[in-house]
Amino acid sequence: MCLAIPGKIIEITADATHSALVDVMGVRRRVDLGLLQEDKPRMGDWVLIHVGFAMSKISEADALDQMHTLQMLGESEAAMEEVRGYGLEDVEQKRIT
Amino acid sequence: MKFVDEFRNPELIMKTTEEIRRLTDPLRHYRVMEVCGGHTHAIYRFGLKDVLPENIDLIHGPGCPVCVLPMGRIDDGLSIAAQPNVIFAAFGDMMRVPGAHGSPLEHKARGADVRIVYSPTDAIKLAKANPDKHVMFFAIGFETTAPSTALTLQRAKAEGLQNFSVFCNHVTIIPAIRAILDSPDMRLDGFIGPGHCSTVIGCRPYEWIASDEGKPIVVCGFEPLDLLQSIVMLLRQLKNVEAKVENQYKRVVPWEGNRAALKAMNEVFQLRPYFEWRGLGFISQSALRIRDSYAQWDAERRFNVPGIRITDPKAAQCGEVLKGVLKPAQCKLFAQECTPESPVGALMVSSEGSCAAFYNYQHRKPVTISNANLASVV
Amino acid sequence: MENFAGKVRFRESQIEMAHGAGGKASRRLVEGLFAPLLFGSNSGPLGDAAHIQINGTRIAMTTDSFVVKPLSFPGGSIGELAINGTVNDLAVSGAKAEAIVVTFVLEAGLPTVILEAEVRAMGKAAHQAEVVIAGGDTKVVEHGKADNMYITTTGIGRLIPGVTVSASSVQPGDKVLLSGPIGDHGITILLARGELDLEAELRSDTRSVLPLVQALVRAAGPGVRWMRDPTRGGVATSLNELARDCGHGIVLFEEKIPLRDTVRGACELLGLDPLHIANEGQFLAIVSADLAETALQALREAPGGSEAEIIGEIREQPASAVLVTTLYGGMRLVDMLVGDPLPRIC
Repeated sequence: MCLAIPGKIIEITADATHSALVDVMGVRRRVDLGLLQEDKPRMGDWVLIHVGFAMSKISEADALDQMHTLQMLGESEAAMEEVRGYGLEDVEQKRIT
Repeated sequence: MKFVDEFRNPELIMKTTEEIRRLTDPLRHYRVMEVCGGHTHAIYRFGLKDVLPENIDLIHGPGCPVCVLPMGRIDDGLSIAAQPNVIFAAFGDMMRVPGAHGSPLEHKARGADVRIVYSPTDAIKLAKANPDKHVMFFAIGFETTAPSTALTLQRAKAEGLQNFSVFCNHVTIIPAIRAILDSPDMRLDGFIGPGHCSTVIGCRPYEWIASDEGKPIVVCGFEPLDLLQSIVMLLRQLKNVEAKVENQYKRVVPWEGNRAALKAMNEVFQLRPYFEWRGLGFISQSALRIRDSYAQWDAERRFNVPGIRITDPKAAQCGEVLKGVLKPAQCKLFAQECTPESPVGALMVSSEGSCAAFYNYQHRKPVTISNANLASVV
Repeated sequence: MENFAGKVRFRESQIEMAHGAGGKASRRLVEGLFAPLLFGSNSGPLGDAAHIQINGTRIAMTTDSFVVKPLSFPGGSIGELAINGTVNDLAVSGAKAEAIVVTFVLEAGLPTVILEAEVRAMGKAAHQAEVVIAGGDTKVVEHGKADNMYITTTGIGRLIPGVTVSASSVQPGDKVLLSGPIGDHGITILLARGELDLEAELRSDTRSVLPLVQALVRAAGPGVRWMRDPTRGGVATSLNELARDCGHGIVLFEEKIPLRDTVRGACELLGLDPLHIANEGQFLAIVSADLAETALQALREAPGGSEAEIIGEIREQPASAVLVTTLYGGMRLVDMLVGDPLPRIC
């Protein structure tokens, strides 16, 4: 149900078989594109492969976005610590009371 | 490995676990269920329990399509395989699952023609390569896999393939989640939502979990950073006393799902009125059967299927483990009569079954484990 | 006359494929049926090769059988596997193969060209491994009874001075060395069978590891505690056997395990663990901590050893178990293989 691996499309067959040759770290397999007919992938696209079918296109933009979010984790916390270091917290306290 | 290695980055993993620690209330005990067997497998494979704080409990859900398949269905499939000139084709996951008279591999050892396929289209290739035999594809899986079977059946029909049929055991994920939430002994704070299922069904089908049941659910990927980030997102929701559906696995899961896949499924399959789930009993509208328009390729109609029903031995507590009520080590048969090599229940034979995953990957302590000591081990 | 035979503990009613896969089931068969009846009740841990004393000289002896489908695959064929496999069994027991005898069980209908190719490959491998093929036997069985051909080899060798290997000498603190990337052979065979429709530039790693073993012994002989060639069942099975035999724990560092990209890709695609995949040209060595770096350098400088790594160490805990750790602190237990590795989709 869950084992699906990212692979890169290195060849798309021209005929009606809706298939492509996909590369996973140098291992190649013919993959069926029948489930992506409404959003046809192109050469060089990355797709998620499950039981020999491409399930979805992988969005590099979203992946980078995620990486960025993860890299920023704790950054806001670190920024807060820096601010606290300036001794501004009694200013904060005064505002609350 | 692109789109894999970045999500296994050790520095980012450590950073994310620090954030998890920051977000956890030390006085609170969190119970989060990962529904999908693939997530269970990933949690153990990447040793994620070792990096999470002790008060986060990951409960393994019933999203393992091999585990929830009643033994009788395997025997039904094997009874077809026993007929002359039939090739039984299935994914590797099925090969060691025990039926009443042995697993498919054991049947193969006794002379049955049993083949492992990686894709249902490989089963069609087998049929074309063996025109004098009948290839029966034993289909399993949730909505992740059902569209592929659907497309394969569409191909078989379009080509008028005569010597091919599918024994359909596809099940749907939402009824399983509902059964969990309906279970009186269940207490959960939130869900790590299915990842690959969701590429097909999208995120909308989970909305009732948040709106009606008040539980946060985060649709999650399968790499360590995906799981850890999803836990961060769940903890944030819990901290803010929120309950909503979030999509952590954005790079792959479209909110609306895959229309072409859903269309194919709808054309080929319809819901069974009810289906027996191992450990969970009969659940209505929870499984797929092949439509009349594809009757010729439905193994259950092509062949006389005995409709065998086998109850699990009373001592096997698969049901409670499937529902997350018991931990694998708390089942009396765990690691005694029931091991991956001699499984009593399918939770032990499928590598993503909670029992097998726990047995194979857990940090085994040399002393005997009593229920009291379980907190530190599980 | 004392009762030679021990008690048979093997309870299964029929032999299954799993019993030949090199993992737990194989072990049950060997330890539960063969050992008590053939080796007497006081046999110790069963190794790849036996060392026996004849007229005051210690010689090493080993036997193996080769059943592989397809017969020929990228990087080799059954003939090479047969020779290299025997040479390697002797090498990791601390012996240099001197002579091999071969038996062939041939299936009627086997084309002569195929047999000739295999025998030629054997001759070449024997020449490369500097081992004499001293004799042999041939039988032919009916069509359908032998998967084309089965080869059995028995090899004898002279002990390599300066090294003694034994599981009981392995101590916490010792390091685990691996001669090179794992999984090449098993994945090559899987792909060559053609059932999974996968293609890759990958070859079996079949070769004699004797030169590497000799280089290791020259540089670090006194520190070498144990060696094994991780064939069927992979590194996980060999190390689990060691862990069981020595009683200590083995911790592996995941990032240190050498793995080719293609093997990794195939394993990820099929849901397989590289640690369970067969190798035919690698070996594991446990070396004392003080000599581990020297040993590693010696391997890396020897031809064919450039990818050698220290992949782990022996610890007291977890006793008799093998653990893999990641850089971020995650841990998973790695067990012996149960049956053949099966691709999965879940």
